[in-house]
Amino acid sequence: MPEAIIEATNLRKTYGDVEALRGLSLDVHAGSLCGFLGRNGAGKTTTLKILLGMMRPTSGEARVFGRRVSDSVASIEIRRDAAFVGEDKPLFDYMTVQDVIRFTAAFYPQWRQDLEQYYLATFGIAPAMKVKTLSRGMRTGLALVLALCRNARLLILDEPTSGLDPAMSEQVLQALVRHVASAETTVFFSSHQIAEVEQVADRVVIIDRGRTTITAALDDLRAQYRRIHFVFDDDAPAPVFRAKGVERMHRDGRVLTVLASAGAEGIVEEGRTLRPVSVDVVPVSLKEIFLESSGVEG
Amino acid sequence: METSFLRPNPSSGVPIYLQLIEQVKHAIETGALRAGEQLPGIRPLAERLVINPNTVAKAYRELEHEGIIELRHGAGAFVSGVRPRQMTANVRAGQAIVAAAITRLRARGLGEEEIRRLFEAQLGGLSGKGERSA
Repeated sequence: MPEAIIEATNLRKTYGDVEALRGLSLDVHAGSLCGFLGRNGAGKTTTLKILLGMMRPTSGEARVFGRRVSDSVASIEIRRDAAFVGEDKPLFDYMTVQDVIRFTAAFYPQWRQDLEQYYLATFGIAPAMKVKTLSRGMRTGLALVLALCRNARLLILDEPTSGLDPAMSEQVLQALVRHVASAETTVFFSSHQIAEVEQVADRVVIIDRGRTTITAALDDLRAQYRRIHFVFDDDAPAPVFRAKGVERMHRDGRVLTVLASAGAEGIVEEGRTLRPVSVDVVPVSLKEIFLESSGVEG
Repeated sequence: METSFLRPNPSSGVPIYLQLIEQVKHAIETGALRAGEQLPGIRPLAERLVINPNTVAKAYRELEHEGIIELRHGAGAFVSGVRPRQMTANVRAGQAIVAAAITRLRARGLGEEEIRRLFEAQLGGLSGKGERSA
């Protein structure tokens, strides 16, 4: 088993009557670029804030670098060793980009001065610019430069590409790929851009209404999820499959559709005993898996 | 040497590392990559294609396992000497089989799109099973 940098077990969080997290568990492996997917309000930001000790869970436990997030001393150490870029990016508006960088760098002995210029150039930010004049994309860029140059072991990013144009999004993703490739870093980033998660992540955690629905390597999801269409001469039967991996079945006239999360071969074999006139097996995209696991009919 | 790798399609349902493996094999078959030539490093290739470095590493490991490339410690990945010719012969033989199958399917009145879907369905669901469709 690879080392778990983040592990959360049965997290619950209630705000008044609202249950934001309802027994959420997840783990993020060392060295991975792990995407965190969920609809708006699924509990992504709440989870990230709990992991960083910025909010306490109602119950359950989480560890980052093996340290308990609910322990106030440990949570300071977590925030020292993990860099976070949230949706709001508090930066000192009256400073120049260069000032903000020098000010931030002073707090971190492992600061990577060699990366500053490279990333500023990548995001098209001039060091002499006043922070208040930066565009939204540049603001995100600067927040990322500050996070990346800290040389943190863990980057936690809340929707890093939200509101960015496609070119800028691509540059942010490229910076993340470069970062995991060059340093002993783990990246955990939330997003609702499924395509970008599919592109750069090696693992994915999908949550829905405060619970984890899928934690897996993306390649495994791609290799295992299949939609199987059985077409019959007459009305499709409603079989009970013995084979494992049947996530959902749908009958529509002569067609029986099965969504399989694993073992498509076994399901096909078993389905053939029902004498269908044809069998069609098609791959399932992450988008479809996401919609399915979020209770939205594909 | 600058091999022109294409951006993999993350939404195709085919794992990205398999798409990379196919690209390398194809480059060798067409002669774009020759024995002894060096492949891009894991990190530069991951950056160029904006995909996860672990994915590139997995593709390279798999290609090494198949004997198609050699990973030399510290030096990088190189196309190995043995396979390309043999693979080319296999691919030619495969083309003939596929062409014959397509001719027979056309004779049964199936259109291009239907044939494509049949192939994709078989590749997608029953890899390596060699099972006949109903």
